[in-house]
Amino acid sequence: MKNRIVLYFSAAQSEQPIIYQLVKEYDLVVNILKANINPQKEGLMVMELTGDKDNYESGINYLSGLGVSCEPLSQTVMWDEALCIQCGACASFCPTEALFMDRESMEVSFDNSKCVVCGMCLECCPTRAINLHFDIREAM
Amino acid sequence: MSYTKTYEEINEKIKKGQAVVVTAEEVIDIVKEKGYAQAAREIDVVTTGTFGPMCSSGAFINFGHSNPRIKMKKVWLNGVEAYTGIAAVDVYLGAGQLPESDPENKVYPGRFSYGGGHVIQDLVAGKEIRLEAVAYGTDCYPNRKLETIITLDDVNEAFMFNPRNAYQNYNCAVNLGDRPLYTYMGILRPRLGNAAYSTSGQLSPLLNDPHYKTIGIGTRIFLGGGIGYVAWNGTQHHPNVSRGENGVPQTPAGTLSVIGDLKQMDPNWLVGLSYIGYGATMAVGIGIPIPILDEEILHYTAVKDEDIYCPIVDFFEGYPYKKDIDLGLANFKELKSGRININGKQVVTTPQSSYPRAKKIASILKDWIANGKFEISQPVQMLPGADANIDFKSIPDRRPVNGIIFNSRMGGK
Repeated sequence: MKNRIVLYFSAAQSEQPIIYQLVKEYDLVVNILKANINPQKEGLMVMELTGDKDNYESGINYLSGLGVSCEPLSQTVMWDEALCIQCGACASFCPTEALFMDRESMEVSFDNSKCVVCGMCLECCPTRAINLHFDIREAM
Repeated sequence: MSYTKTYEEINEKIKKGQAVVVTAEEVIDIVKEKGYAQAAREIDVVTTGTFGPMCSSGAFINFGHSNPRIKMKKVWLNGVEAYTGIAAVDVYLGAGQLPESDPENKVYPGRFSYGGGHVIQDLVAGKEIRLEAVAYGTDCYPNRKLETIITLDDVNEAFMFNPRNAYQNYNCAVNLGDRPLYTYMGILRPRLGNAAYSTSGQLSPLLNDPHYKTIGIGTRIFLGGGIGYVAWNGTQHHPNVSRGENGVPQTPAGTLSVIGDLKQMDPNWLVGLSYIGYGATMAVGIGIPIPILDEEILHYTAVKDEDIYCPIVDFFEGYPYKKDIDLGLANFKELKSGRININGKQVVTTPQSSYPRAKKIASILKDWIANGKFEISQPVQMLPGADANIDFKSIPDRRPVNGIIFNSRMGGK
């Protein structure tokens, strides 16, 4: 199975080679998407975790046993209207019309509820007004 | 005899706050309602606008001197190199210049997050800029290294001087190949996956004055949120192309070189851009007033999107390798509708130029003129027209035979 998860570490935990253990002891494939350790040495890590069902569950149990908080990832596309120059390039790549160009005014708008986070808009925006936001809370 | 006005008469009205000014979009409906003859009598000025990527842009900057003085050999602003082959502390910063540390397309497609256009936008926004310079040192300019922080207020002069802006019409780009292309027209999906176009159509300056009857050298314009001037015809100015019955070119044609004081510009109208896989550039806002000297000029300004056509060009082989692939013309109204028909296939259109921003520029310029803040200017010299028979040249393919190496970076055989 394969999941995108967010791990929250305390200062003591972030000094341990936890990811190494996940790979070595539980035979899981780890793809780290984002990682951050704050000045208090608390950390968070967004990752894609892949492995067979038993290994995956044992791995998650291992993390929980250490006191590492483990949550599913939710992502959001953020459209920064202040950076947008209203060219409309993104709307032509958006498969769900979440980024939509009104043909009368030629203005672009964004409807988050229609967005499927495919990421097509991220590359085509010349002012980088569209960003992928990982919905994560402050590190524990 | 038909009714005519002079520049002086229009300026008199502007000074009194009595000039009738409309945008190039508004004029279309006015003409429909009142007819050309009456509209030409009533309207004094039609304002145009465009806001899109214009790579051939940049700024001259004079930093003033350090103590001890320096003759800058290489200069970087936020890590982006500026050209120094002019006087000691004069440089030219180009919109497309990249930091030396940029990985370019080594990891394809490159991101090109920051370049000369972004530095110009940051300068105009009043942000602090890291200035670094090196020199070989002379008796008069002994300093060999300089590292400091500057803002736009700290420099003597900073003026935008863009060699080629406001292209009169532009190609519609498509991809006939089987892989995505990353171009200056944005991402082009394979197998006619989309069609990218630029220019603001019926609002675009040179599409409203197709024969350059009022826009010429010395014309006062809206440039980057401030006031600028047409300095010359732009590079690649090529007026003698095929045109419709309305005089509007059906391929890229005329261009403008423009100049203006960066210190009175606005970061909303000079925006650094990153084109994935292509490079960094800058969106430049330009608005040009067209004085309605007679009915003929009004006719030109009433041009509509449906009267404007541009060639559809393949960017897989056609454009890069100069292969003749005829895909016909695209109509601007259809481009703006979101889909065009190419060889029987419905193709999604991808705009590069911002129509809402172009409209806003035309409207700001209209307010400036209507409020008496901006007078129109008669060109001191007109731009070369179609009758100038300008030849559109390419680099000649000649093989130097002697063994002299002029540039070690070209490498040996």
